[in-house]
Amino acid sequence: MTKPVSWRPYIAGVLAGLLAIVSVWVSTGVLGKPKYLGASTTFVRAAGLLERTVATDHVAENEYYQAKKVRVDWQFMMVLGIALGAFIAAKAGNDLHKEWVPPIWSDRFGGDGRLRAVAAFGGGLVAMFGARMAGGCPSGHGMSGLMQLSVSGFLAMAGFFGGGVLVANLVYRTKGGAK
Amino acid sequence: MNAELCLGLFTGIVFGALLQQGRVVRFENQIGAMLFRDMTIFKFMLSAILVGMIGIYLLVSFEVVALSVKAISLGGNLIGGTLFGAGWAVCGYCPGTSVAAVAEGRLHAIWAVLGMLAGAALYAEAYPWLKNSVLAWGTFGKITLPSLLGVSPWLLVPMFVMAFLGLFVLFEKKGV
Repeated sequence: MTKPVSWRPYIAGVLAGLLAIVSVWVSTGVLGKPKYLGASTTFVRAAGLLERTVATDHVAENEYYQAKKVRVDWQFMMVLGIALGAFIAAKAGNDLHKEWVPPIWSDRFGGDGRLRAVAAFGGGLVAMFGARMAGGCPSGHGMSGLMQLSVSGFLAMAGFFGGGVLVANLVYRTKGGAK
Repeated sequence: MNAELCLGLFTGIVFGALLQQGRVVRFENQIGAMLFRDMTIFKFMLSAILVGMIGIYLLVSFEVVALSVKAISLGGNLIGGTLFGAGWAVCGYCPGTSVAAVAEGRLHAIWAVLGMLAGAALYAEAYPWLKNSVLAWGTFGKITLPSLLGVSPWLLVPMFVMAFLGLFVLFEKKGV
């Protein structure tokens, strides 16, 4: 072993696994249906809520918005909670970082925040389109799917990681190969 | 707020704190996994899956909870999944970690969140067409691995536990 083992991601992961179990158990008891962790459907609902303010009829007539029901639900509140929880934990741990351009990015493309903004927007757009095609994201398909040994979860994860490895290596590997 | 919304908010607060404490919301760690330099996000995710798998299948065995499995669409899962991966590599966050990253002060994740909202809206427009094409390719319903293989989940769960523990040993040996 070259460096001491950091138990941090393992401990946080184990606790997240326990949270997933408790969440499914409690939601079954209280709400009558199991709530598995997920995030990407909330972006559909949030987009619908925003779009509805300018194009009410269009959102009401859209087949996908109808299917996903544009409303604030359990998962919507969970995603808001993620932000709140992360903020509280970062604040408590004195771990807030004001960052407009991350280091791996600036090593490759320089410190221009505008380029990073365009790439992050475009990347986010493609990622969400893909996640909705796949039917979920690394929370819903990855964590919740694999926990349940769901075949669609394994397929989607293979796509997520395959696409990620391929494109990350094209984008971030600097000349002269890997560090 | 009703019970559903309160439960969701509380679950999210705990999950967000764990993502932050696990160092999962850092751009370097997300991209690091795709470059095989830093496996933090996999240590977190596989630990959660390992524990969750045992707990969920225990609860299912005692008929306390039901599974909620997503249907298979080879076109959607594989093509959509790969598209997701490509976008994820460029923006550096998945939907769950994007909002946590903003909250941790990684303000460039705001652009990722906005892009994801745009992607969701665009998808809503494309859905009627995709539904009858890509999403209809290779549909097999809501299937779990144990039902596909015709074996007990309790044969597979220990195998996955061993495989994940093996990966953890490998990560630590490689120092990634």
